[in-house]
Amino acid sequence: MKELLTDIDRWQRDAKRIVLARVVDIEGSGPRDPGAAMAVNEDGEVVGSVSGGCVEGAVVTEALALLAGERQPGVVTFGYSDDEAFAVGLTCGGTIHVFLQPLDW
Amino acid sequence: MSIYETFSVRLRERTPVALITVIDGPRVGANLLVSPRLDPLGSLGNPELDRIVARDALGEIEAGRTGVRHYGPEGQTTPEDLEDSPTVKVFINSFAPPPTMLIFGAVDFTSALANAAKLLGYHVVVCDAREIFATRRRFPMADEVLVSWPGPLFEQRGASLTSRDAVCILTHDPKFDVPAVAGALRTRVGYIGVMGSRKTNAKRLERLAEVGISDPNDLARLMSPIGLDIGARTPEETAVSICGEIIARRTGRNAPSLRDSSGPIHR
Repeated sequence: MKELLTDIDRWQRDAKRIVLARVVDIEGSGPRDPGAAMAVNEDGEVVGSVSGGCVEGAVVTEALALLAGERQPGVVTFGYSDDEAFAVGLTCGGTIHVFLQPLDW
Repeated sequence: MSIYETFSVRLRERTPVALITVIDGPRVGANLLVSPRLDPLGSLGNPELDRIVARDALGEIEAGRTGVRHYGPEGQTTPEDLEDSPTVKVFINSFAPPPTMLIFGAVDFTSALANAAKLLGYHVVVCDAREIFATRRRFPMADEVLVSWPGPLFEQRGASLTSRDAVCILTHDPKFDVPAVAGALRTRVGYIGVMGSRKTNAKRLERLAEVGISDPNDLARLMSPIGLDIGARTPEETAVSICGEIIARRTGRNAPSLRDSSGPIHR
């Protein structure tokens, strides 16, 4: 989380809308532990990571959908319990639960 | 200052902090910020829920743990209370280095204590001056195994020890435990326990006095003989008695049985 602060500061100075995504739970082997965080701004710029690169693209898509009002804040699950496991699954075979919320507080 | 601004200040200043967020339930995205000895900031949507979660978060910060917890809408935690009631899932995101336990002496009790300390979330350092005993093979559960005398180790790390950390001296050997006690007393470490029979303890106090350690305030910091009086015999039971004492010292309890005390279990 700490590694995100400088970029978030800059985005906030530029009045960019931001989504914060954090790993809240993992099942099986996960590349990053709960607390791993990334932030996405309205232009699709990214800082941080929630996996070893496996699901970041999908998180950006969800984050932009959240900013567009197309989805609500909440937990998104990636991995074998996901229908789209092959599209955005984890190579390690684990499952990660990522919580997305707008950074407006 | 917004919750986020306060949060980022605490992260930058390395103030232990937990950012607590509702991830499922009536107020998804609601945040509460908790740090030891500071007023909580924000709300999860119910004052009683805030109070209970803030209390739990302090324990999570102590242990340096991050994870999801379930509560009733008003902070209920027991299964009976949660039955038939909607649950609030909260993510407690702790930002605190794990506490450190320094164990002096690579003896029989050390592995059991190191295991128990890992269970509680400690970064465990085993230290002994004897190279043949202080080996990784004997203490695979320890985060670090160091061959060193206490003096140099405290010189190196003493300044970073805080009230969350613990020093356990299990050597029973005056030439090792006297400098270990002396080194520990010069730090702000929250718990100092020293193993030994009452006789060993009496002799040790004499030796400590010989090297000028006799200030009652210093001696009052020593938990010696180490551990709660639960009749522990084996290394494993002793480890539980030591860990119980560490928790009780931190929370300021006398550690009686719950049956024999009254009032709420969680305060």
